[in-house]
Amino acid sequence: MENGQQQSYSIRKLKEKVFLALALATALLAVIPLISLLGFVVYKGIGALNLDFFIHIPVPVGEKGGGMANAIVGTMMIVGLGCLFSLPIGLLGGIWLAEWGKGKRGFLIRYAVDVMSGFPTIIFGMFAYVLFVLTMRRFSALAGGFALALVMLPYITKTTEEMIKMVPRTLKESALALGIPEWKVMLFVVLRTAWNGIFTGIMLAVARAAGETAPLLFTAFNNQYWNFQLDQPTGSMTVQIYNYAISPFEEWNRMAWAGSLVLVAIILAITLIVRRYSKRVVYG
Amino acid sequence: MVFAASIPLLFFLILAMLLYQSRLALFTFGPGFFFSSVWNPVKNQYGALPFIYGTLVSSLLALLIAAPLGVGCAIYLSEVSASRFKEWIATMVDLLAAIPSVVFGLWGIFILGPIFGLSLMSAGVLLAIMILPTITAISREILQAVPGTLRESARALGATKWETIKLSVLPPAASGIIGSIVLGLGRALGETMAVTMVIGNRPEISGSLLAPAYSLSAVLANEFAEASSDLNFSVMVEIGLILLIITVLVNGLARLLVWKMVSNSRIQ
Repeated sequence: MENGQQQSYSIRKLKEKVFLALALATALLAVIPLISLLGFVVYKGIGALNLDFFIHIPVPVGEKGGGMANAIVGTMMIVGLGCLFSLPIGLLGGIWLAEWGKGKRGFLIRYAVDVMSGFPTIIFGMFAYVLFVLTMRRFSALAGGFALALVMLPYITKTTEEMIKMVPRTLKESALALGIPEWKVMLFVVLRTAWNGIFTGIMLAVARAAGETAPLLFTAFNNQYWNFQLDQPTGSMTVQIYNYAISPFEEWNRMAWAGSLVLVAIILAITLIVRRYSKRVVYG
Repeated sequence: MVFAASIPLLFFLILAMLLYQSRLALFTFGPGFFFSSVWNPVKNQYGALPFIYGTLVSSLLALLIAAPLGVGCAIYLSEVSASRFKEWIATMVDLLAAIPSVVFGLWGIFILGPIFGLSLMSAGVLLAIMILPTITAISREILQAVPGTLRESARALGATKWETIKLSVLPPAASGIIGSIVLGLGRALGETMAVTMVIGNRPEISGSLLAPAYSLSAVLANEFAEASSDLNFSVMVEIGLILLIITVLVNGLARLLVWKMVSNSRIQ
């Protein structure tokens, strides 16, 4: 308080009032975008939403009806593939970091995980494109799943590490003292204790992956029809919403809002449910 | 070990892939690629300047808007309010982070579009909204890592709340807060879909914020898969490489700042 003595008490008090008001104002301002966004998504989406949306595939412009059923299934398929690729690496990598990642190597890997979580996701799409699409000569759900796995990997690794670190050491040591081999202790004692937290992290990663568009643009591409084959182009909700959103047709724009409503509802539901069970937040 | 090590390995594989696939463009254009603003794939003329310009200007614009808001909001959440209202605001800001970027884009087209047009300004405002949760959440965590004794001693000396925050909370938190802002910048630089949808997608440097522009990520989203020749493809990969290098540098710096701060406070 360099010049505290020169300022009268009332001026200091006034300054505090102004500051508190400003802080409150920024907090309120920060909330407006979410309210506006959710408001518009619900308001515009609900009108275009009906049963058809969930059981029909898209129709050409001008025709009535049509839905996104194939894209909903496609998103599930691609995200499922993403889990398949990323879970083993993420879980085991996280366990290693928590248990043995103390030294310099651990630091470097942790740093790489953190920086990778900040990669532009479209880069993962390019990587998957070169790896899968160029070699297979076609867009495929497989390539999309691989790209999404790269998006999910850092999150899964990080939560696994953090959750396992929270398991009390004594628990592990008493299990080891009973003569149980280390891998069994990891699997049946440590991992089981930390599982709730890890599952939370996995669900948040799934929610994030389901909302990704950029990595799918040139991997899974898009498909207006049903597809259940892993080596074929596959529609997804996000890419479908994107295509509808930038189209000049009002009918399609309405479908984009409806799709957004469903997607946001799914993602917010996952996020909110998961938050109830764990107070820890995974930051992007 | 093998699995954990596969992550940095992937990191380098991605970098190597980008370098290898962009070799044609790297050799053909050299450093001139960064300074040329001509973009005409039909005539095989490529310059990355308009995209670098669009990415930097829209991200800095976002930062200008989001940094004061985000830090102010974090101060409010961590230092000022103690009510249940606070939890509501914190939850809502966190939820904002969960919204898919394509939905932000859709909202941007129909809500920001009529106000600012499809332009740099729209992209900046939209990005500001998208990085707000990052800045708020991490700044808040940093502020909470400042030891309570610092606040108490300032209060005990008769400081008002504002003086306490200014003199004893913000200085030790400064580097971490800057880290959170830089992290937000990294996010804005790499954001793809929302920007592609509102920036107007025109490879020009007009100097006006209300004019359409283009960004590194947006040109990838629009033209990567449609590359017509080997050179064109290679150019697209080089643009990806530029984008990756910028974001990795910015992110790497930010993580170091945030980490230093948080681990210091744990020692105390």
